[in-house]
Amino acid sequence: MNLDAEIEACIPRLRRYARVLLGGQHASADDLVQDTLERAWRKIHFWRWGSDLRPWLFGIMHNLHVDQCRRGQIPTQSLDDLDFEASVAPSQDDMLIARNLQDALRHLPREQRTVVLLVAVEQLSYQDVARSLDIPLGTVMSRLSRGRARLRELMDDCPQTSGQTSGPISGPISGQTSPVAISMKIIK
Amino acid sequence: MNRSPISETDLHAYVDNQLSSARRAEVEAFLAARPEEAARVAAYRRQNQQLQDLLDPVLDEAIPPHLQQPSRVAPRLNLRFAAVVTWVFVGGIVGSVAGGVVGWQLRGSPPMLAQMSSQMPRVTEPLGAQQATVGERLAWRAAVAHAVYSPDTRRPVEIGADQEDQLVAWLSKRLGVKLKPPSLKAQGYELIGGRLLPGSEGPVAQFMYHDAKGKRLTLYVSGERQDKQDTAFHFATEGPIGVFYWIDNGMGYAISAGSNKNELARVALAVYNQINPK
Repeated sequence: MNLDAEIEACIPRLRRYARVLLGGQHASADDLVQDTLERAWRKIHFWRWGSDLRPWLFGIMHNLHVDQCRRGQIPTQSLDDLDFEASVAPSQDDMLIARNLQDALRHLPREQRTVVLLVAVEQLSYQDVARSLDIPLGTVMSRLSRGRARLRELMDDCPQTSGQTSGPISGPISGQTSPVAISMKIIK
Repeated sequence: MNRSPISETDLHAYVDNQLSSARRAEVEAFLAARPEEAARVAAYRRQNQQLQDLLDPVLDEAIPPHLQQPSRVAPRLNLRFAAVVTWVFVGGIVGSVAGGVVGWQLRGSPPMLAQMSSQMPRVTEPLGAQQATVGERLAWRAAVAHAVYSPDTRRPVEIGADQEDQLVAWLSKRLGVKLKPPSLKAQGYELIGGRLLPGSEGPVAQFMYHDAKGKRLTLYVSGERQDKQDTAFHFATEGPIGVFYWIDNGMGYAISAGSNKNELARVALAVYNQINPK
């Protein structure tokens, strides 16, 4: 085993998670990955020897992202930017589902979105999600429950209703309000 | 039969395959009688699949080169163990000055040590010697031992690798534990030999290795049993020297070299795995 290689093996997953966190902005997502990797090496002594690296790395990325949002470093993005650019050529039906799903994800509050993704896509255990996000297990479960229910609702009535609630935000947002907070407000 | 009621958490854990098989059977029985809940669970499973279908392609994308070696591209090895600088060396008695800033003093020290002290980082945080952990003290002693012996061209070790059996028998006897220098050939390092050193409360062993370019690396092994708690891997830098250290089964290990962290981690892992074969 080689720690270097182990961390490197996590990069694709970190990129994917970063992209979802940042709503499809590929360049900033990779910057976040790079920051995460650097911080991971600086904090490698906090990693419990032999434990799964992934939850630990996701946790670092999550904290960095929260810090960046707080400092207002994340550039404001259009709510329509959440584009994961599936690189396969899907069938007509799949395409529709993918479009709806992207749309639905976009309307999920960030805290629910992160939990749903760590569970459904990264397939982390609930305990690992709690550890990554530094929240109690009960909070993980309630966010997962609400997130899934919301996603199901959205998928059921996509795309007509969801399109109306989203308006692209342009220009930098001054003050401390993070873009995520604003997008959440709009969703409500 | 007395079953605990099926909760919302159970239903999610069922969706995500995070249930024991016994509990899974109970959830299935529960769902069989409740079509609405069964439909919800099925929808969530579908959701999982659709999310994976949507996001899995990202995993197959080529990784941009600048992400592949981030720690080499942007080395920021600013992990310091400030506390460790407070360790007393060669019988020098350290006096606390105002604010708790502690210096260290060399008594009758060879020029190399004196020179090395200038390379040591300054104390950045006032911290008393008693606050340094066992691991930090271990790392610092290992770094000092590395700095003292690794530049020595004439007599870097007391017993050479050509007499490895003798080296092993001698060091094992003096430390009171069975010792064997790990083989680091796969990592590109060859054993030069080893020596016995005074630790804080008894003898410690130092094994020295070099790579093809002659770059030296030392493994410092301390068997002093003084309520050492096992620790995870730690990395520290002391001046130009990087140290990976850990405590395992009451034995302290520290790998020191003037290498970058990746390189040291690679070697430290190899050593760890040889000591703890899986």
